[in-house]
Amino acid sequence: MAIPESPNPMKSSLRNASGGVLCYFILLLIGVLAFSIRIFSVIKYESVIHEFDPYFNYRVTQFLVKNGIYDFWNWFDDRTWYPLGRVIGGTVYPGLTLTAGSLWWFLNSLNIPLSVETVCVFTAPIFSANAAWATYLLTKEVKGTGAGLTAAVFLSMVPSYISRSVAGSYDNEAVAIFALIFTFYLYIKTLNTGSLFYATLNALSYFYMVCSWGGYTFIINLIPMHALLCIVTGRYSSRLYIAYAPLIVLGTLLAALVPVVGFNAMMTSEHFASFLVFIIIHVVAFVYYVKGMLSLRMFKVAVTVLVTIGMVVCVAAVAVLIAVVAASPTKGWSGRSLSLLDPTYASKYIPIIASVSEHQPPTWPSYFMDINVLAFLVPAGIVACFLPISDASSFAVLYIVTSVYFSGVMVRLMLVLAPAACILSGIALSECFDVLTRSIKFNLYNLFENPSPIVGDSSSDDSAVSEKVKYDRHSGSDTHEEVLKSRTSKKYKKKEKDVVEKIVRKPKNEKRLLVLPLEASIFTTVLIIILGSFYVIHCVWAAAEAYSAPSIVLTSHSHDGLHVFDDFREAYSWLSHNTEVNDKVASWWDYGYQTTAMANRTVIVDNNTWNNTHIATVGTAMSSPEKPAWEIFQSLDVKYVLVVFGGLVGYSSDDINKFLWMVRIGGGVFPHIKEPDYLRDGQYRIDSHATPTMLNSLMYKLSYYRFVETDGGKGFDKVRRTEIGKKNFKLTHFKEVFTTHHWMVRIYMLKPPKNRIRGKLKKSKFSLKKRSTSIKDSQISRPNPWH
Amino acid sequence: MAKSNDNDAMDLIQSLRSAYGSTPKNLKIIDLYMVFSVITALIQVIYMALVGSFPFNSFLSGVLSCVGTAVLAVCLRIQVNKENTEFKDLAPERAFADFILCNLVLHLVIMNFLG
Repeated sequence: MAIPESPNPMKSSLRNASGGVLCYFILLLIGVLAFSIRIFSVIKYESVIHEFDPYFNYRVTQFLVKNGIYDFWNWFDDRTWYPLGRVIGGTVYPGLTLTAGSLWWFLNSLNIPLSVETVCVFTAPIFSANAAWATYLLTKEVKGTGAGLTAAVFLSMVPSYISRSVAGSYDNEAVAIFALIFTFYLYIKTLNTGSLFYATLNALSYFYMVCSWGGYTFIINLIPMHALLCIVTGRYSSRLYIAYAPLIVLGTLLAALVPVVGFNAMMTSEHFASFLVFIIIHVVAFVYYVKGMLSLRMFKVAVTVLVTIGMVVCVAAVAVLIAVVAASPTKGWSGRSLSLLDPTYASKYIPIIASVSEHQPPTWPSYFMDINVLAFLVPAGIVACFLPISDASSFAVLYIVTSVYFSGVMVRLMLVLAPAACILSGIALSECFDVLTRSIKFNLYNLFENPSPIVGDSSSDDSAVSEKVKYDRHSGSDTHEEVLKSRTSKKYKKKEKDVVEKIVRKPKNEKRLLVLPLEASIFTTVLIIILGSFYVIHCVWAAAEAYSAPSIVLTSHSHDGLHVFDDFREAYSWLSHNTEVNDKVASWWDYGYQTTAMANRTVIVDNNTWNNTHIATVGTAMSSPEKPAWEIFQSLDVKYVLVVFGGLVGYSSDDINKFLWMVRIGGGVFPHIKEPDYLRDGQYRIDSHATPTMLNSLMYKLSYYRFVETDGGKGFDKVRRTEIGKKNFKLTHFKEVFTTHHWMVRIYMLKPPKNRIRGKLKKSKFSLKKRSTSIKDSQISRPNPWH
Repeated sequence: MAKSNDNDAMDLIQSLRSAYGSTPKNLKIIDLYMVFSVITALIQVIYMALVGSFPFNSFLSGVLSCVGTAVLAVCLRIQVNKENTEFKDLAPERAFADFILCNLVLHLVIMNFLG
C-alpha cells in the first residue's frame, strides 16, 4: 500500500511501446531473412528462370508487359499445340503474371529500369517475405504475438516453401501461398471481430487467391468445413455468420469473374460444399433468431412444423441434386480433384496426371526433409490449441489435419502443409518458452528478492504483496532482457502485464501458475535454442544444396573443378538462330514451355497437357519406327524433332527414361502401340537383349545415332549402365542438324518428301490400300513416297 | 389431437406475431428490404425457368446480387440490433459504413459480371 501507483501506468505504456518497436524490428528481420535465404540460386548459378513452368509464366509476362492488359486478356497463342493453338486468356491463372507485370510497371514508372526477367526472378522471394508477415498476423489472431513471431520465423525458412519459391522459381505458388495465408488471416480476423469491413477484405483476398492458383478449392472447402464444425460443436455465433455468408456470395461471384474458372465456380462439385453450408448456416441463424423470440413451448411447436415442411423440401432438393450430379461420369469433380480424394484414380484413368513426378505420394523422409523439426512440434501445437479452444484455434487444428491428409496424397501439396505446420509449431514453441521463462523469472525473483508468499492469505495482505510483486517484476525483467531471447521477452512482458492485472483484479482467486525448477528451465531453454539452431542449419543447407538448382543449367564437381552443363540453352539458342520463325519443333511435352520461351519456335505439345490425344500422337510417333513416325510428323507440319539424351554425361532425366510414359500415353489412345512389345522381362531395355520394337523405335534411333563415335565403338550408356543394342545404323527419314556439347540435346530435321515417286505406282497404291485398313486414323493416307 | 395441433399452430402464429411486433422500427425496415431482395431473386429464378438460362452470367449476377444484398442486410441487422451483446461497442454508423462498402464491392463485381 505504501508503494505509489503513478510510475506504473507510464512504465507499462513505455514497455508496451518498446515491445511494439521490438516486434516490428523482428518482423523486418524476418522479412529480410525470408528474402535472403532464397537467393542462393542467384549466387550459386545466375539470375535465371528455373525449370519448365516458370518459362511459360515468363513468356506470358513478357507479352503482358509489351502489349498491355487487353491484348493479354484476349490472347490466342498460335505458337503452341500446333495446329490447335491455346487460348491463353482463358486458361491461365492470371494472378502471378499480373502481379509481376504491375510490379514491373510500378518500378519503371519510378524510373527504376529493371528488366522483366529480373522482376520475375525476384517476385517469389518478395512474396515469401509477405507470406511470413501474413503468418505472423494469422498466428497472432489465433494465439498471440509471441506465437506469431515464432510462426513467422518458421515459415520464412521452412524448406518445403523454399523449394517452390526460390529466386527464379517463377511459378503460381510463389504468390499463391501468400494469398492463402492472408485469406485465412482475414477470415479469422472477421471471425474474431465480427466486422463486415474485414469480411469484404476477406472476399477480395480470396479473389486474389482464385486468380493465382488452382489450389483455391482448398480454401473454399476448408472454410465451409470449419463453419460446419463450429455449428456442430455449438459455437455458432453471429460473428460466424458475418464471416461466412458474405464471403461465399462475394467469393463465388469474384471467382466466376476469373476466366479460367468461369462457371465452374457454380457448377462443379468442388464448390458444392460451400453452398450446402451456406444453406445450413442460414437455417441455423433463423432457428437461433426464432428461438430468441419465442417461449420454449412455442419453440417446440415451431420446430415440429418446420421439420415436417423442411424434410419434404430437403428430400426434393437432394433428389434433384443427386440426379444432376450422377448424370456426369465423374460426379462433377475434375480429374485433378478426384485424384486427391481417391489417390489411385489417376493411375487408373489419367496416365498424364500419374506421370508427373510431383503428383506422386511423398515418402517418409521427405517429411523430415521438408518440415524438419516442425514434424514433432505440430502435435504439441495441436494440444496447445485445445487449451483453451476458440474458433480460431479450432480452425488451425482443422487446417493442419486436412493439409496432412492432402500432403500424404501428393508430394506437391507438402507446400500447403508448410504454413499449417509453422503456425502450430509456433504456438507450441511459444507456449513452451512461456512456461520456461515464467519459471525462470519466478525462481529468480524468489532467489534475489525477499521470498514473500504470492498466493493470497488475506485480501489486504495480498494487495500489498501484489504491488511489491508488480514493482519487483518490473526491475527483475530489466536484468533479464539481455539474457533471454528477444521474442520471449516480448511475450513475457505481455504475460506479465496480464498477470499483474489478474493479481490486481482478483486477489482471492490467484491462479497457481505452472513453474518448474530453475535449473530445469534454464537447461530446457538452452536445449530448445539448440533445437532451433538445428532447424536453421537444416533449412539453410536445404536451400543452398537441394532446392537452388535451376535445372536448366546443371553443374557437377569433378577432380578438375566445376563442370557446367548449359546444353539446354545452347540448343534453344541454336534453334532460334538457325531456323525459320515459323518452323515447328516436336519434342516431348516437358520441353514445350522452354522451347516457346527461349527458342521462340512453335511447338506441338507443351507442359499444359490439356489435350491428351495430341500428346498421345507425339508419343506414338516417338515409339514407332522411322517411316510411320515421319508420316505422323509430316502430317503435323513438323520440321525439327528435339530429343534429350543423357547417356554421355549421366543425366538421368532424359527422354529414354521417360520413354515408358510415351508408350503408355500413346498406347492409351492408339491401340497399335502395345507396351509389352517394348518390354523384355518386364523392363525397358536398350542393350542387346532389347526387343526389336524398342530398337527400331524413333526414340532409340534419335538418341543413339552416332553414339558409338563418342567412346570408340562401345556405346556405353552412362545412365542405363550398359552398352547399347544396335550400334551402327543410319537414319533414313531424319537428318541430324545439331547436337550440343555434351550430347544432351539432339536436334533432327525431317527429310523432305522426295520429288519423284519412283515407279511401281500400282504396287504403292495396293500397299497403300492394304495399309490404310490397318493403320490408325491419325496417320495420313497419301501415297507414301518412301515405299 | 388434431384440435390441439391446430390450437398450437394458432398459438405459434400469435406468439410469433406479437414477438415480432415488438422489434424496433429500423430493424423492421431492414427486414423489409431483405424480404424484397429475396422476392426479387425468386422472380428472377421463375423468369429463368420460363425463358431459359442464356446468357447464364447475367442470370447468375442478377440472382447473386439479390442474394448478396439480402445477406449483407442480415449482417447489418445483426450489427445494429441493440439486443446483441457482442456488438454493443460498435457504433451503428460504423456498421452502416461497412454495409455500404461491402455493397459497393458487390455491385462493382455484379456490373462487371453482368456482361
